[in-house]
Formats: sequence, C-alpha cells, structure tokens
Amino acid sequence: MNGYEALITIAGLTAITVVTRSFFLISERELRLPGWVQRGLRYAPLAAIAAVVVPEIVMTQGHLIATWRDARLFAVLAATGYYIWRRGLLGTIVTGMLVLVPLKLALGW
Amino acid sequence: MAGVTLGISAWGLVTGVAMVKSGLSVPLALLMTLAAFSGSAQLAAVPLMAVGAPMWVIWATALCVNLRFVIFSAQWRPFFMRFPLCRRLALGYFAADLIYVLFMKRFKEPRDDAGQLEYFLGGTTVNWLAWQLPSVLGIVLADVVPTHWGLGFAGVIALLGLTYSLLSDRTTAVAAIVAGAAAVAAFALPFRLNIVVAIAAAVCVGLMIDGGGDAVRRLLDALQRDSGRSRLPGAASRAAAA
Repeated sequence: MNGYEALITIAGLTAITVVTRSFFLISERELRLPGWVQRGLRYAPLAAIAAVVVPEIVMTQGHLIATWRDARLFAVLAATGYYIWRRGLLGTIVTGMLVLVPLKLALGW
Repeated sequence: MAGVTLGISAWGLVTGVAMVKSGLSVPLALLMTLAAFSGSAQLAAVPLMAVGAPMWVIWATALCVNLRFVIFSAQWRPFFMRFPLCRRLALGYFAADLIYVLFMKRFKEPRDDAGQLEYFLGGTTVNWLAWQLPSVLGIVLADVVPTHWGLGFAGVIALLGLTYSLLSDRTTAVAAIVAGAAAVAAFALPFRLNIVVAIAAAVCVGLMIDGGGDAVRRLLDALQRDSGRSRLPGAASRAAAA
C-alpha cells in the first residue's frame, strides 16, 4: 500500500470513527425504537465490549489457545478476583499486570 | 477515572509501537492515531494495511469493530440532542468507551444544571491525553519500547474492568458470557463480523431471560392454543403477545 492509498485509508477510518460514534446523534427526527429494541439496548453495549475483549484473552493468531500456560489467563483470573473483592478499576488493572508481566518475562508464557 | 486511564495509556503506547512495527511510516502512524482516534479499530486496520488488503476490507473491518459506538450513540441522544449538528458530531467523535461507561453510571437522565457537559468534556480531555500522548511516544520510540512485556494487555484488562462495571444482575452477566463465547466461536468470519454475531446472540438471550425465562414454554402454549382454535388471521401473533 503506497502513501497515497494509506492516506485515503486513514481518512476513511477517521470518517468511520465520526459516523459510528455519533450515528444516532445525526438525525434530528425523533427516534422511536420498538419496545424490544429498547430492552435489548440494555445488553448491547455490554455485549459489544465483551465481544472485543474475550477473544483478546483466549485466542492467539485467530485460534483458541490450547494450553493453560498462558500468562493472560492468570492475569485475568487475578484481575477478576480483585474486582470482585474491591471493585476498583485501578487495582484491577495493576493486579492483572503484576501477574502478567512476571509470568511473561520469567517463564515466557 | 485515574485507574482506567493507566490501562488506556499502556494500551495507547503499545498501539503506537504496533503501528510502526507493522510497517506504517512514522508520519502516517501519527496521522492515524491523531485522526482516527480509535484504538481497537486501528489495531485491526494496521495489519490489514501491512498485507495490502483492499481499502473497503479495511473499512468494513473497522466498521464492525466500532459497531459498539453506534449502540452507545443511541444512549448519548437524550444528553446531546439539544446541541447543533456540528457540536453533536464533535461530541460524538470524542465519546470513546471509557467516558461512555463512566458518564452513564454517573448520570441517569439529562439535566441542564448538573454540569453534565463539563463532566463529559473533562473526562474526554483526560481520556484523549491519556491515549494520544503515549501513542505518540510509542510511535516515535517504537524500536526502544519493549513489547515482550505484554504491556498492551493493560488495555484489555481496562476494558474487562469496564465490562464488569456494566454488569448489574444475572441477566446482564449471562448476556456478557454469551457475547464473549459467540465472539470466539464466530472469530473466523471476515471483517470482524464475529462482533455483530456476538451482539445479536447476547441481545436475543437477554430478551429471552427478560421475558420471564420461559420464552420456549410460552411459544409452545401459544402454538397449542392456536391449533385448537379456528384459524383467524392474526391469532398466532395475538396469542404470542398474550
């Protein structure tokens, strides 16, 4: 991909960011969602984030990992444990990384 | 807020490094992070650009990865519709994951006097800086920053923490598990369509549980009642609604 094509691609990605983030803010018309859609909206944001996160945890190169010797699994377990215990986001991230980095550096998981 | 920004920053740093390591030139990488401002979409787009994938494939992929923002935007509507279009587009552009979760937890309904816009602007400024400064640093120092430490995973844990904070009861927890499992199971689909599949599956399961958890029984009841009765038009739909 040459520089010119890359520029157009990046311009397109920027447009996609603007349009997706403000999608339902664009039209002035009153937005009438059917009841089931409104109830469904309770689950959609959560589902969308989970759909981005979970593959990052249990997949490598597009395949489900086949080993338990993966630093990510232990990091997520520790982070989840901390979240259940204390609820703080900072602690959750720090706990996860404190488990992840040593496992990666020392054991190469 | 301070906590999550740490994760966002580590993620931004690694995204910056990853963009350059995948073969994007430093000026283009800077342009991409400053303009596109969407970590997960950038991370999905860069490898595709590196292998010379067609532009529409890259855009379709970014669209699926960013689909969650379309859903978020429906919930921003009551808060932002009082502003003119240009302002709404600008507000939307900066409304990333972190500010969405924090804002929606704090403000349940739109009010004029509650400092909501100020909260939003303050939050997005912190989020923008926490993302962009490390990203630029990562792009410039791509050869020095160690990637084998797995620092980028801090971003995943930050998003995981945000996911946990959105769980409010058993139904939402089940919906999240279904979404995660569906996203993994459908991962082979092109353009990251697995995310679309995951959202659809989770919403269906959520609505089924919402309806009392006996959707199948009610459907069978409705069909039985229907078959025992004369076939009036619309009887099935009325029975199903009842």
